[in-house]
Amino acid sequence: MDTGRAFISNGMAQMLDQDFSFTIKGYLRYNLFGVDLNLTSTHIAIIIVMATLIVFALFANRAIKKANPDEAPGTFLNIIELMVESVDKLTHANMGERGAGFSNYIGTLFAFILLSNISGLFGLRPPTADYGVTFALAIITFVLIHYNGFKYQKMKHITNLFKPIILTPINIIGEFATPISMSLRLFGNIMAGTTMMGLLYGLVPWFLTLAWPGVLHAYLDVFSGCIQTYVFCMLTMVFISNTFED
Amino acid sequence: MNITDQGLILAFSALGAGTAMIAGVGPGIGQGVAAGQGAAAVGRNPGAKGDIMSTMLLGQAVAETTGLYGLVIALILLFANPLYGKV
Repeated sequence: MDTGRAFISNGMAQMLDQDFSFTIKGYLRYNLFGVDLNLTSTHIAIIIVMATLIVFALFANRAIKKANPDEAPGTFLNIIELMVESVDKLTHANMGERGAGFSNYIGTLFAFILLSNISGLFGLRPPTADYGVTFALAIITFVLIHYNGFKYQKMKHITNLFKPIILTPINIIGEFATPISMSLRLFGNIMAGTTMMGLLYGLVPWFLTLAWPGVLHAYLDVFSGCIQTYVFCMLTMVFISNTFED
Repeated sequence: MNITDQGLILAFSALGAGTAMIAGVGPGIGQGVAAGQGAAAVGRNPGAKGDIMSTMLLGQAVAETTGLYGLVIALILLFANPLYGKV
C-alpha cells in the first residue's frame, strides 16, 4: 500500500522507476496557513521568465529615456519600437478605437506566454505546461470580458443570455466554457510538447539525443508555442471586442 | 498468474488512454479541410496570402481543442491516475 501512495502522487513515472523530466517537481517544502506546499519547478521557471522580462523592460526604459529625438534611433531602440508598434497595430486591427487601451495588456500577455512557451528550449519546464498558470490567465480574460460587457452593454449583457429562451442553459454553459477551453488549449499544446520531449530524452540512449531533437524542438516548442501565443491573444481580443457592440 | 486490482486498473487505464486518443481523428479532418480551403483561397486571390494564412492558422488552432481534450484525458490516465487510489 505504501508504494500505492507514492504512485498516486507521481503516476506512472514512479511506476516505471524512471525520473522523467516533464513532471512537475517540488523542491522546497513549506507550510502556509496549515497547508503543505512545494516550491515547484513551475514557480522557478515563472520567476526566471518574469525576471528576464523585467530586466528587458528596464533596459528598454533606459534606452527610451536616453534617446535623443534629433538623432536616428539605434538598433535596440528600433527593435523596441517595432515590437510596440506591431502590438498596437494588432490591437487596433482586432478591437478598433475602443480597444486602444488594451494594447498594454495584450503586449504583456503576448510577451509572457511567448517566453513561457519557448522556455523549454532553455532547459526549463514551461510554466504554461502547468494548468494552474493557464487557468489563471484565462480567468483574467473571463473577468475582462464580463467587466467590459457590463461597462458597454449595461443590463443587456445579462438579458442577452436569455435571448432565445430555449437556449438559456446552453448560453450560460457557453459563457463558462470560454475560459476552460482557452486554458485547456494552451495547456494541452505545451504539455503535449513537453511530454514528447521528456519521453524522447528519457527513453533513448544519450548518443541518440545529440543533434536531431532540434527539429522536434523547432516544431513543438517554437512553432507550436508561437501559434498558441497568437491564438490566446487573438481570442482574448475577439471575445473582449465582441462586448463593445451596442 | 494472479491479476491484482492495481494491475487491472493500470491495464485498463492504458487501454483507456489509447482509446481517448481516437479524439485525434476529428481535428485531423478539420485541419485538413481548413488547409485545403486555405490553399484554394490563395489560388483564387494570391494577394491576400498573409490574411488567409493567419485566419487559417487561427481556425486550425481552435479546431485542435477537441483533440487536446482527449490528450488531457490520456495524460491524466497515464500520469495522474485518479482511480488507482480507490482500491
